[in-house]
Amino acid sequence: MEEFVNVYFFGKKYEVPANLTIMRAMEYAGYQLMRGCGCRNGFCGACATIYRIKGKKDLNFCLACSTKVEEDMYVATLPFFPLDKQVYDIETITPDQQLMMQLYPEVYACIGCNACTNACPQQLNTMQYIAYAQRGDYENCAEESFDCIMCGNCSNRCPAGISHPQVAMLARRINGKYIAKEAEHLLNRVKELHDDNKLTDDVKAIMNLSEAEVQNLYNTRDIEK
Amino acid sequence: MYPESMMESLKKVEANRAANAAYEPARMSAEDKDALLKKYHPDYIEDQFENLKIGPNKGEKVPHELAAMLQAHSRLANYEVDLSNPDYDVDVLVIGGGGSGSAAAIMANEGGANVMIVTKLRHGDANTMMAEGGIQAADKENDSPAQHFIDCYGGGHFAAKKELVYKLVTEAPDCILWLNHLGVEFDKDEDGRMVTTHGGGTSRKRMHAAKDYSGAEIMRTLRDEVINRKIPVVDFTSAIEIIKDDKGNAAGAVLLNMETRQIKVAKAKTVIICTGGAGRMHYQGFPTSNHYGATADGLVLGYRAGAKLLYPDTLQYHPTGAAYPSQILGALVTEKVRSIGAKLVNANGEVYIHPLETRDVNAAGIIRETSDRGNGIDTGDGQAVWLDTPMIELIHGEGTIMKRIPAMHRMFAKFGIDIRKEPILVYPTLHYQNGGLDIDTNCMTTEVENLFVAGEAVGGIHGRNRLMGNSLLDIIVFGRDAGIAAAAKAKDVTVGNLTLDHVKAFEKELADAGIETELISPKLLPDYRPEDKKDHMLDVIVPDYK
Repeated sequence: MEEFVNVYFFGKKYEVPANLTIMRAMEYAGYQLMRGCGCRNGFCGACATIYRIKGKKDLNFCLACSTKVEEDMYVATLPFFPLDKQVYDIETITPDQQLMMQLYPEVYACIGCNACTNACPQQLNTMQYIAYAQRGDYENCAEESFDCIMCGNCSNRCPAGISHPQVAMLARRINGKYIAKEAEHLLNRVKELHDDNKLTDDVKAIMNLSEAEVQNLYNTRDIEK
Repeated sequence: MYPESMMESLKKVEANRAANAAYEPARMSAEDKDALLKKYHPDYIEDQFENLKIGPNKGEKVPHELAAMLQAHSRLANYEVDLSNPDYDVDVLVIGGGGSGSAAAIMANEGGANVMIVTKLRHGDANTMMAEGGIQAADKENDSPAQHFIDCYGGGHFAAKKELVYKLVTEAPDCILWLNHLGVEFDKDEDGRMVTTHGGGTSRKRMHAAKDYSGAEIMRTLRDEVINRKIPVVDFTSAIEIIKDDKGNAAGAVLLNMETRQIKVAKAKTVIICTGGAGRMHYQGFPTSNHYGATADGLVLGYRAGAKLLYPDTLQYHPTGAAYPSQILGALVTEKVRSIGAKLVNANGEVYIHPLETRDVNAAGIIRETSDRGNGIDTGDGQAVWLDTPMIELIHGEGTIMKRIPAMHRMFAKFGIDIRKEPILVYPTLHYQNGGLDIDTNCMTTEVENLFVAGEAVGGIHGRNRLMGNSLLDIIVFGRDAGIAAAAKAKDVTVGNLTLDHVKAFEKELADAGIETELISPKLLPDYRPEDKKDHMLDVIVPDYK
C-alpha cells in the first residue's frame, strides 16, 4: 500500500506519495516545472527551497530535488535570489585582501550570526569561508567553499546582505589561477605542441594507417597499471 | 540502510570484499566485447529504432522517440513571424548556455564579435554542470596525443571522424591550461602536478578532475567569465526555429520566452548550436542522468534547417546509474568511483568484469548479469548490481572518499547510505548522445553555411561510444573553436533577406510523406505530470492553449 502525506506548496494543500522528493511531489501534484528545476540531482542550485513543518518553530533549507516530503510540510521554493556579482578582469586583478575590500566590502559587515551556515543544503561552513575571505585568505576560502552550488539559501538569510556564493566564486578563481602551483608537465606539453610538429605528426601517422592496423594497435596497446 | 531482502547478498559482498579488492579481473578480448554488445547493448535492439521518412537523413535509422521529434510540426507551422524588424541583431548567436555555449561565447567575444547567448533555462543549466568525473588530456610524460587518439578512436569502435578526434586530442592540453588560467581548480599535488586517474578504456592515467564536481567547477568558472566580459545572456528563452536568409545560409533564430510565451526574432551573421544532449527523451524507457533540459532541441532545429545528422542511432548508457533508493533512480554515479578502486559485484558477491572496460561494454555487462545470468539484486524498481565503494578506502585509506568523491558521499548520505561503509546499487542510465549534427573541422555543419555546432549536439567526435572525460574535453575544444570560427566567419558575412521558407517546406515534406502527427518540436522540456492527471489538464486537452 502506497503511503501518502499532506504537503502545502505555497500554502496550498496536496496529497502526495510519501516516498517522493519535494520536486517529484510538485510534479505529482500537477506542476510542470520550469523555474526551480535544473539538474534534479543536487549539482546546479536551481531548486533552493524553504520549508516548515506545521506547528514547529524551526525553518528548514534544502534542495527540492534531493529532500523527501514529510507530513504537514509547508514548502516555498526559491528559484531565484538576487545575488550581487561584481565584474572584474581575471587577468589584471591583484589577488590581495584589498581586492575583497573593493569588490565585496559587505563581507566585513558580517555579524557572526551563522544563519548562512545553518541554511546551507551542502552543509558547508559558510560563515567560516566568509571569515577567510575577510582576511584575503583565498586558498582556504576556496577549499572551504568548494562544494558550493550557488543556490542562494545562505544569502537569503544574511542580515549583512552578503552574496556568499559570489565571494566564494572569486576566491576559487583566484586560487585556481594565482595561488595553486602551475603544472609544469602541462606547460611543457603545451610548449611541445606549439614548438614543433612531432606530437601532431604522430597522430597524423596513425590516421593514415589502414583500419586493420589501427584496430591491431588499439587491441594490443599497453595499459598503464 | 538496505531492506532485509538484500541482506543475504550484501553479506556476500562484505565477506568477499578483501579478496575482491585485491583481485585483478582480466580485460575482455575484442571478440568477446563485440558479442556482449550485440546481445545486450540497447543500441542493438532493432525494434527500438525506425527509419526516417523525410529530411537529410531519410532512410536512416534513429530511436523512435527521436524520429517522433524530427518528424513533428514546427510551432510556427500556422503562424507568420514578422522577420522584418529583428529584436536582436548580432554577429554571433549562441544557442545554449552550457559549457560549449559559454566557451564559444567567450572566444567569439575575444575575437571581437558582438555575441549573444540565448538559453532555455538559467545560464549554466546544462549537462556540463553535472559532469562529475573529469576531463582527459595527454599532458603527462608517459602519455601523448597519439596515445589519446588510439584510446578515443578505438573506444568509439573506429567510427569517429578522424579529423575531429585529431582536434580533440591535439588541442586538449591547450584547453586544460586555458581553463586553469581562467581559475578552474584542478586537483593537484603539492608540487602542482595534476592528479590524474584512469577512466574506462583509457590506456594512460589522463583524467584530470576537480574532486567529483569537475563539470560544475568548469561551468561556474565559464559562467563567471561570461558575466565579467558583459556578454549578453537572454535566459529562459528557447530557440524554436533557425532563421535562414535568401541565400540559404543560417541567419538567426526565432526565440520563445519560456515564461511569457512571447516570440522574438534574433538576426545573426553566424549561429552556433550548443544545445547539448537528449537524456530527457528517455530512449527505450531508460531513466537518465541528464539535465532537465536535455531534449535534443538542437538536432531538431538543425535537421529542419537542412543539416545532416551523424550516428543519431547511438546513445550512451552509463553503466552506473543509481538504482536505489528510488528518489535518485538514474542519477549519475561517476565513473571516478571505479577509477579509484570500486569494482562491480553481482548478487553472489562475485567480481564478474573489469570495472574499467568502456562504458558500453560495462553497461551491456550489467544488463547480462541481471537478465540471462540471473545474478541481479531486486531493488523494487528493477534489477541492479553492487558497486562496492568501501573497497576505495580499503585500497587508498580512510578519508579518500570525502577527499576525492564528496558529491557521491553526499548524494547517498541524504538517503541514509554511507558509501564509505556500504556498497551501492547501480544499473545503466541514459547518459550521452554519441551522435548529433555532422560538422567539418571548422565546426560548421556540412550542409548549412554559417550554422556551427559544438558540444553534445555534435556527432562524430566519439564514434559509437564515448570515453569518460572526453565530453568535458570536447565541449571546451569545439566550443572554443566554434566561437573562434563563427566570429571570424561573421566578418565576411552579409546577411540577405530573412526567411522561414525552409520551415514551410519541411511541413510540406511531412504532408507529402503521409506523416500524420499532433506532436510539435523541439520538445524543450519533458512533462513529468502523472499521465492520469494530464487527461484533465487544460493545456493537454486543448494543446493550442499552451
